[in-house]
Amino acid sequence: MLSNTFTEPPRLTSPIIIDEPKIDTGLDLDTPWVVIVWNDPINLMSYVTFVLQKLFGFSNEKAASLMLDVHEKGKAVVSTGTREKAELDVFRLHEHGLWATMQQD
Amino acid sequence: MLRKEPFSPNRDGSVAINLDENELGLLRHLFGELRETLMLDTDEGLKRLYPTAYPDDAERDAGYQALVHGELMEKRLNALDEVEATIDNKSLTVEQLNMWMTCINELRLILGTKLDVSEEDYDFDPDAPDAQARAIYIHLGWLLEHVVNALMGTL
Repeated sequence: MLSNTFTEPPRLTSPIIIDEPKIDTGLDLDTPWVVIVWNDPINLMSYVTFVLQKLFGFSNEKAASLMLDVHEKGKAVVSTGTREKAELDVFRLHEHGLWATMQQD
Repeated sequence: MLRKEPFSPNRDGSVAINLDENELGLLRHLFGELRETLMLDTDEGLKRLYPTAYPDDAERDAGYQALVHGELMEKRLNALDEVEATIDNKSLTVEQLNMWMTCINELRLILGTKLDVSEEDYDFDPDAPDAQARAIYIHLGWLLEHVVNALMGTL
């Protein structure tokens, strides 16, 4: 009879330690990014409303309400999502001359 | 006498341009200046065209600017090519009018930044040293308002 040495896994005296690299990005990846449009003295109210409708497909009412937030409160959140999505939205807003920034809230 | 709307919809979905030769001449001149300013890329007035994306993270923002600055400039110059090529047209497609819109807005952003306009600037002083630039800025605002009105109906 053969020893069971070959049929059983070797017994180890200590647990296997898998050395997983820990990358601390300092970011909570589940936290969405928000895109903010800021008030500025140059862009026309009608222009801002139109651009928000064109880029995000908002209704006229929704876009006008966001524009009024920008105008009266100084800023409005116009989109949220992953960092990649937020960066693309910021880019499209910059392309249209709007003052947009992004941050993780 | 009431003037015609500067941009009016045609039945085929295009938009008619109803600007007189003086207005077109001014625009030709301004678009030429816009091209020069975009290509030189040194004017202080351009800062509103390339805003900060990450106000709290200088390193990320530098990465964003490196990634998009050239692309934004190229898109703007391409739109300007199309605008200058269509300035004597009787009518524009919706896509072309969108390019007119962004170019006119870029002129306002550059001029408004240089004039340091505020939301309270309602009074026009014809004797001010920058009166001509302010008059052009106001005219471009009027024109843009009409472009936006014409495009609103196309969404």
